[in-house]
Amino acid sequence: MSDLSTLESELIAEIAAAADMAAVEAVRVAALGKQGQVSALLKTLGAMSPEERQTKGPEINGLRDRVAAALAERRATLEAAELDRQLASETLDLSLPAPPRRKGAVHPTLQVMDEMIAIFAEMGFGVAEGPDIEDDFHNFTALNFPPKHPAREVHDTFFFKERPDGERKVLRTHTSPVQVRLMQQTNQPPPAPWIASGQTPPIRMVIPGRTYRMDSDQTHTPMFHQMEGLVIDRGIHMGHLKWTLQTFVERFFEIDSVVSRFRPHYFPFTEPSAEMDIQCDRSGGEIRIGQGTSWLEILGCGMVHPNVLRNCGLDPDEWQGFAFGMGIDRLAMLKYGMPDLRDMFAADVRWLDHYGFSAFQAPSLATGLS
Amino acid sequence: MKFTLSWLKDHLDTDASVGRVVDAMTMAGLEVEHVEDPGSRLGAFSVARIVEAIQHPNADRLRVCQVDTRDGRKEIVCGAPNARAGLTTIYAPIGTYIPGSGITLEPRPVRGVVSNGMLCSAAELETAEESHGIVELPDSVEVGASAAEALGLEAVIDFEVTPNRPDWLGVAGIARDLAAAGVGRLKDLAVKPVAGSFPCPVEIRISSPEACPMFAGRVIRGVKNGPSPEWLQRKLVSVGLRPINALVDVTNYLTHDRDRPLHVYDAAKIQGGFLDARLAKAGESLLALDGRTYTLDAEICVIADASGVVDLGGVMGGESTGCSVQTTEVFIEAAYFDPIRTAETGRRLGLISDAQYRFARGVDPGFVVSGLELASRLILEICGGEASEVQVAGAALTPPAPVDFDPAYVHRLAGLSIGHEGAAEILTRLGFQVRPHGARLMVQPPSWRRDVEGPADLVEEIARIIGFDALPSTPLPSVTPPAGGVLTPRQARVQKGRRVLAALGYQEAATWSFTAKASAELFGGGHDALVLANPIAADLDCMRPSILPNLIEAVGRNAARGLHDAALFEIGPVFSGDEPGDQRTAMGAVLASHPARHWQSDAADDLFKLKGDLLALLDELGAPTGSLQIAQGQASPWWHSGRSARLQLGPKTVIAEFGAVHPRVLSALDVKGPIYAFELWVEAIPEPKRKGAKTRPRFDVSSLMPLSRDFAFVVGQDRPAGDLVKAVIGADKALIAGARVFDVYQGPGVPEGSKSVAIEVQIQPREKTLTEAEIEQLSSRIIAAAEKACGAKLRS
Repeated sequence: MSDLSTLESELIAEIAAAADMAAVEAVRVAALGKQGQVSALLKTLGAMSPEERQTKGPEINGLRDRVAAALAERRATLEAAELDRQLASETLDLSLPAPPRRKGAVHPTLQVMDEMIAIFAEMGFGVAEGPDIEDDFHNFTALNFPPKHPAREVHDTFFFKERPDGERKVLRTHTSPVQVRLMQQTNQPPPAPWIASGQTPPIRMVIPGRTYRMDSDQTHTPMFHQMEGLVIDRGIHMGHLKWTLQTFVERFFEIDSVVSRFRPHYFPFTEPSAEMDIQCDRSGGEIRIGQGTSWLEILGCGMVHPNVLRNCGLDPDEWQGFAFGMGIDRLAMLKYGMPDLRDMFAADVRWLDHYGFSAFQAPSLATGLS
Repeated sequence: MKFTLSWLKDHLDTDASVGRVVDAMTMAGLEVEHVEDPGSRLGAFSVARIVEAIQHPNADRLRVCQVDTRDGRKEIVCGAPNARAGLTTIYAPIGTYIPGSGITLEPRPVRGVVSNGMLCSAAELETAEESHGIVELPDSVEVGASAAEALGLEAVIDFEVTPNRPDWLGVAGIARDLAAAGVGRLKDLAVKPVAGSFPCPVEIRISSPEACPMFAGRVIRGVKNGPSPEWLQRKLVSVGLRPINALVDVTNYLTHDRDRPLHVYDAAKIQGGFLDARLAKAGESLLALDGRTYTLDAEICVIADASGVVDLGGVMGGESTGCSVQTTEVFIEAAYFDPIRTAETGRRLGLISDAQYRFARGVDPGFVVSGLELASRLILEICGGEASEVQVAGAALTPPAPVDFDPAYVHRLAGLSIGHEGAAEILTRLGFQVRPHGARLMVQPPSWRRDVEGPADLVEEIARIIGFDALPSTPLPSVTPPAGGVLTPRQARVQKGRRVLAALGYQEAATWSFTAKASAELFGGGHDALVLANPIAADLDCMRPSILPNLIEAVGRNAARGLHDAALFEIGPVFSGDEPGDQRTAMGAVLASHPARHWQSDAADDLFKLKGDLLALLDELGAPTGSLQIAQGQASPWWHSGRSARLQLGPKTVIAEFGAVHPRVLSALDVKGPIYAFELWVEAIPEPKRKGAKTRPRFDVSSLMPLSRDFAFVVGQDRPAGDLVKAVIGADKALIAGARVFDVYQGPGVPEGSKSVAIEVQIQPREKTLTEAEIEQLSSRIIAAAEKACGAKLRS
């Protein structure tokens, strides 16, 4: 007995001392190999009497099993240590920077344009567009600005050179000419498929686009973006106009109650005409919407002038409605706090990075607009 | 337009404060821009009295004064020669900001004597441009009273007059609207005529009635001209006008008070005994009262006497017949000049005057003679003299047509309920004449309201006087939005394109739709039809033919600030002509790649990155990217000839161009390259065919294992690899699922002038697993196809 237990202690000690897989293998061969000590003991079992085998058998087999288990355990330990060493050798300095990746951005004006479209789309408005280079009829005359009317002067219009046929094109001073394109009852297809063409009322459209006036300072640029709205139907009155714009303003600024007021104003193409002010606080040097006691003008609006309806071939006794127009860049500045309109068009990459929006921030009323 | 509360009270009986007046104006449609309130500006200044003034011990020209102020007795050093005991003047305590000198008072010794405040001159208070010595006030003014009050300074209200309401260019017109809005009671505006005692010695003629339909005038002889009385001077000064002499001041006063511009001539200087309203003859000129000589043309209306032009009708008088203190006989002109012509004259001559501004907007044609009578009365009152009879040539314009008005229209258009009586009352207060007309009203607009043409205008008048606050807030009838969304496929593409490019790392810019003509020419534009007649700047004079010049210049501006790495895009209009159909929507992007150096090597080629971005964008926009042809070397001349291509569906359907920008273009725009770019035209992408159908084609994949084989072909070095890939795919459209270049090699082992292109071909068995023999057969077909199409040889 003591021979076996001595052998076992010796083998277990050798296994524990095996420094690598080769040493473990050497112990295995010496113990369990063909010529191994344990194998030799196992071979003696065949020559034993059944009684002797009954007592010696379990002892020797037990020895073999324990040595085999010790070998397996040692191998696992060494493998784990080896893997640890390998992993340690593969160490990467993760404080090193990732490869540079450009962060794209959506321009705030265009982000806000998408926000506005989302709000109006939910109220049943479609989106119409028209050309930036307009003729006098669409930009002025049809909108009840008679030739040489003093109201034309306020528009600081950009003109093109007179054409051989005597016509003088203009850069549209507002998005309102698209109202005319939407309402005018013609039998002709639009000049291009994307340009609005005459519809039979009811009409419920917004018209975003670039507009142009000869002006440049902190709050004026020669080009800016406007969004026009037009609703023509039976029985539409100024109360509908008020509700629509109040609702818009609350959704746009994402404030449940924005105090607003409507002031009489003058536009040739609406009658009555108004400007909408919202209440704000200017005390901190910046404008906060939805608080305070100051007023801030944000848009012009009114009931479409009967002359405009007539100029477009609609009977003012049957159809009436409202129109409004607002500066998209300016609303973006108010909502997101840009101080200078001119920066909007400077394409400074730092500014775009600072004020731009993530591609994945597509405006949705479900998530809140911003 | 500026006015003061006290001036308003000449016509309006009210005890309203400035704040109330401003609010009422705002809500009645008179947009107040600014209230200049000297009471608050000069709030720190108050009345004080000098009790003692003794010579400063160390300075000849200074006095040390003991002054009674609202802060008690103060010792103040003063350099004014009129600082004397007993003088009532204006005092500013330590800490006050002195507007006229731009300093804030500190307790500082003046030559050894501490001055505990300051005694002020009118210039220091900015109530006069210059002044001699400190303010001298009557002894009756109490110490401690506010300076603004003691000096008779009032708040000045400045507001914007919309073009439809020229009557607001007179204080009386403002009073009328405020009375209607309930701020007070309008005083009687009626004018009592002055009886003439002799025939008017100057004959009035109108040779050009379309330019001057009505011309009235009279002479007052024996006047004594000189400075105006104080009330008149003060009124003019209060709104920023300079008093000149009584005769001229009366005309300026009535211009502002009644929106009635007038002109006074020294009658003794009128040649030939007549004044004629006619058009100028080309080449005539006039030395005007502003000291400038204007050369006239035949479109300009003038007043002439026997010597020629003496006045620019409705714009400015002439020097030769102007009134001076020597004038004893004055001719007063009251005329109606055509608004449009007067506006044009102002523009042609670059001359805007208070009179010109008012005539251009249209003064009250019904107030010509009344204005003359009012002026006569004031002149007689101030300058004395004897008035001639009034002479009138021409006639007033016909009054505006009456409007047949149904007050129920107020409800239909504005949503406000008002009865006949209510409507009639408001309109009457505004000067309209209202009489019943069956179940409706017949409304005669007053002569000064030529903007009122129809019932909608009357609704506005009524609604604005009731107040827009009373408007109901009525939800729009709800409509079901179209199930497919409101945007057209093109509009949706624009919205999506913006987000795709931002996700790919490009920043969206918004640049001007115009550019410099020279830049436009670099990109195939610059046509005359697209050049602005009045650009805001010389380098923004032409509509852009492409988005790229502006984006490239933006890259240059950023680089000039040290920001060299830029990836910018813009979606917007580009123009090939001035007709609506000549405008297209482009998506342009530029890549000026100067990424931060990285510790790992980065082999990505920027031009191919940009190509990948463009294809990803087109894919997202639903363009048929599978059928796109890449036409290399066929892009427009502003591209690098060897590194650019067109993406097209056919030669006539060009969807995009991309590549490196031509170095000549970059140097013309003064921007360092290379710059890679693309521009695609949204409207050129065909609209999706299966509109409305949302189901996808059946998911049809083979259960058989795909396999791949590599081929290396040797082809001429100029042969596009794309041709080779196309040929390979074409060898068996059923079995070949795709082919992709994975290596291009030139060098040892490949003949000079050739390149080796390695292609991995993906093979997808359709019906059964392919045998080796079948694969061999397919390989042979591939090799044959490559040879046939491109002369390619399998590399051995």
